Amino acid sequence: MPADSLRVRLEQAGPIPLDATLECGADEILVIVGPSGSGKTTLLRAISGLYTPKSGKVICNGTTWLDTQAQICLPPQRRPLGMVFQHYALFPHLTARQNVMIALAGGSAKDKRTRAEALLQAAHIGGLDERYPHQLSGGQQQRVALARALARDPEALLLDEPFSAIDQQTRRKLLRELVALKRRLRRPIIHVTHDLNEARRIGDKLCIVHRGKTLQTGAPDEVMNRPADAQTAHLAGHYNVYACQVLWHNHEEKKTWIQWDGHALETRYRPEFKPQTEADWVIPPENVILHRRDRPSQGERENPLQGRIVEFTPLGETTWMALAVDENKLIHLSTPTHVARRNQLDEGVELTVSLLAEGIHLMEKKPRS
Amino acid sequence: MDWQALNISLSLAALSALILTPVGVIAARHLAWKQTRGRSVTQALIALPLVLPPTVLGLFLLLAFSDYLATGLLFAKLGGQPLVFSFEGILAASLIFNIPFIVQPMQRGFETIPRSLREAAWCSGLSAWQTFWKVELPLAWPGVAAAIVLTMAHTMGEFGVVLMVGGNLAGETRTLSIAIYDQTQALDIKGAALMSALLVMSSFAATILIYTLTGRLERRSAR
Repeated sequence: MPADSLRVRLEQAGPIPLDATLECGADEILVIVGPSGSGKTTLLRAISGLYTPKSGKVICNGTTWLDTQAQICLPPQRRPLGMVFQHYALFPHLTARQNVMIALAGGSAKDKRTRAEALLQAAHIGGLDERYPHQLSGGQQQRVALARALARDPEALLLDEPFSAIDQQTRRKLLRELVALKRRLRRPIIHVTHDLNEARRIGDKLCIVHRGKTLQTGAPDEVMNRPADAQTAHLAGHYNVYACQVLWHNHEEKKTWIQWDGHALETRYRPEFKPQTEADWVIPPENVILHRRDRPSQGERENPLQGRIVEFTPLGETTWMALAVDENKLIHLSTPTHVARRNQLDEGVELTVSLLAEGIHLMEKKPRS
Repeated sequence: MDWQALNISLSLAALSALILTPVGVIAARHLAWKQTRGRSVTQALIALPLVLPPTVLGLFLLLAFSDYLATGLLFAKLGGQPLVFSFEGILAASLIFNIPFIVQPMQRGFETIPRSLREAAWCSGLSAWQTFWKVELPLAWPGVAAAIVLTMAHTMGEFGVVLMVGGNLAGETRTLSIAIYDQTQALDIKGAALMSALLVMSSFAATILIYTLTGRLERRSAR
């Protein structure tokens, strides 16, 4: 890790359990994802000094902000970071410009005024300087909050669900601006969200958090498609997570075979899993391929499975389905709605699908935390 | 019209408010934001003067200030003269019976400030002192101002405690409300009525002001 990064290690048994390791480089956006109440905000609060964990270390840009062993704990005022709060926490009695000016250190009032106006301009909200927070829309408030966070010339930027209360269109725009800001700022940015799509789109790194514990950190596609264990898979939004037994490895064809509920399934080659051991596996819905009903294709693709549709939910362009295999195992898949229509799919219809072997990801069996 | 009594009442009100304001701010912030053990007991102690009969409070203060008890002797030693039947005595009593009037509206004022705003101030680099002046006070001021007005209005009208502790010494402890009682006893109804009318008007103005200020707080927290 280069010196201008943010490194965090937090640990405590209670009252809020924490077991977190985070690293964010100067040109990275690290997105922390987890369900509500998973301790995401507590992590940010501990980094910013608003919360002091029993044990931990926070080092930013070579400066130690927190080291419980060495009894170092800088107050928030002495940690040069910018924080955007979940509901922005703009000062309601101050105008947009004054909200930014209050965070500017040094210089005359006139100088601060000019700098604040420049920051608002850069946040694409110039011209609304004299408005009070209640006269601004959610997106505009978010921009003011970001301008205020940048006023301190922060060494790290922390964003706590900044887009949660913003409409889709504005959100897309703000996400693009955030990525542009990263290039300009060249400082570690930690972004907290419960929105997996948002996380996937803007994160250079993604970290899944549950009950204050960082379960897996890595490139977004890596974490989303290759979760470390069943729990992480569920938190990464996967529905198709199952237990299995590893059967054998076909070393010539580079395939691994597993036994799942009486079916032998071919998976991506994972020789590190010992045969005859228990494991978990996951398949993203896009790797479950529908067979055409008018042209039965038993055996023509890998892992054919037959079942009955028990849930059929058209959601605009895509349709979600749950297929009951052997009456009790559900496999979730999505298909373009026009394909579902053409194949006359509906609840109760018998269907054959293929599980693409390359899409099946094996995971080590771990006890749930 | 007993101008001397009016002067004493106004001095008593102004000094009480002046001394109690910083005390009230400290206590109110603490009660608004700190979840300490024994909070209910503290709140009950603060509210006690509201429910006690003024004569009861007056009697205890009289005893505490008199030379029967060590406290009275201590006060006399510190102040150079006994506290009973003196302006300093009724001022000390006023500070005690006004505690709920100064603390409670201020507490409401500080309670309307979300914790995230103070945290945002700290994360913007503001010290605790700067946060107080630039964020907390500008947001809580209607509550603070209401508390000051209420304390002054209440001091102007207090009768029982002042009479118990201060007696009725012209130019020293005879406040407006005591002068009204005095003149009524002496059958000077016109004089008593004039002073009463003055109290009614000033109290009415103060009450309007208090409702206007607390209305501001409510509108802000609704926003």
